Amino acid sequence: MTERLRQSLDKITRVRGVRGALLVTGDDGLIVADAVMDSVRGDAVAALGANLATRMAKTCECSGVGSLQFVHLQSVQGTLLVMPLAEEVVLVVIGDKDINVGLVRLEMQGMSEAVP
Amino acid sequence: MIPTRSIEPWIKEPLERFVAEAGARLTLIMTTAGQVLAQHGFTRAVDVMAAAALGAAIHSSTREIARAVGESEFKALNHQGIRHGIYLAEMQTPRGRLLALVVYGTESSVGLVQLFYEDLVRDLSKACPREERKKPVIASNFERELDESLASLFRR
Repeated sequence: MTERLRQSLDKITRVRGVRGALLVTGDDGLIVADAVMDSVRGDAVAALGANLATRMAKTCECSGVGSLQFVHLQSVQGTLLVMPLAEEVVLVVIGDKDINVGLVRLEMQGMSEAVP
Repeated sequence: MIPTRSIEPWIKEPLERFVAEAGARLTLIMTTAGQVLAQHGFTRAVDVMAAAALGAAIHSSTREIARAVGESEFKALNHQGIRHGIYLAEMQTPRGRLLALVVYGTESSVGLVQLFYEDLVRDLSKACPREERKKPVIASNFERELDESLASLFRR
């Protein structure tokens, strides 16, 4: 199971500019599977990314714009993408500033098939 | 605002930072024997004393289980409930081994608590005075010290 998830994550990390991808439990902020560069603090990204997804989902709910589908954060030196997949599972991707967000998003959507 | 109280002044600032960042509702810093050094979020002395005693007991039990399965120690223990989680972990400081008991709600997570707990351990180790305070196990003025400790923890 974990191997299958890792293979799916590898499809995302093969996209140019992607530094890492993590599958995280939404409630706990713990890593289910990950493929990240050594320079990335996986546990920190998992915990904070899951918390971000939870808060953004609540913001969407309160704003009356429906459920959260995708978060795209642009920072000075990179990009952070967050997508809730199955119930209680969040996919977090870290990439360079000039990453092809559309392509990565497609691969992230493909990941939902690998998650039960 | 819920206050953070500390018998040992060097614990207060790192604990306040941890509580703010991890979103902890209740936190106790205590010795492995259950003597409370600092607390956040508790309003009644009886709750603090009960939580400290139970936390120390749980820690002792898991330590024995660890020993039985050939582990030198378990790093941390997490109990997950529907509305609350309890995180109990040991840390090594220049003042010896201390325990942290953290209660968090749905606005936080075990991942966040774990993440900022590492910072708390580092901050406490930095802030901890290096000189060892030599004290008898049972001080002759034990009752007065206990009263002073409770007054520090609850501003009585």
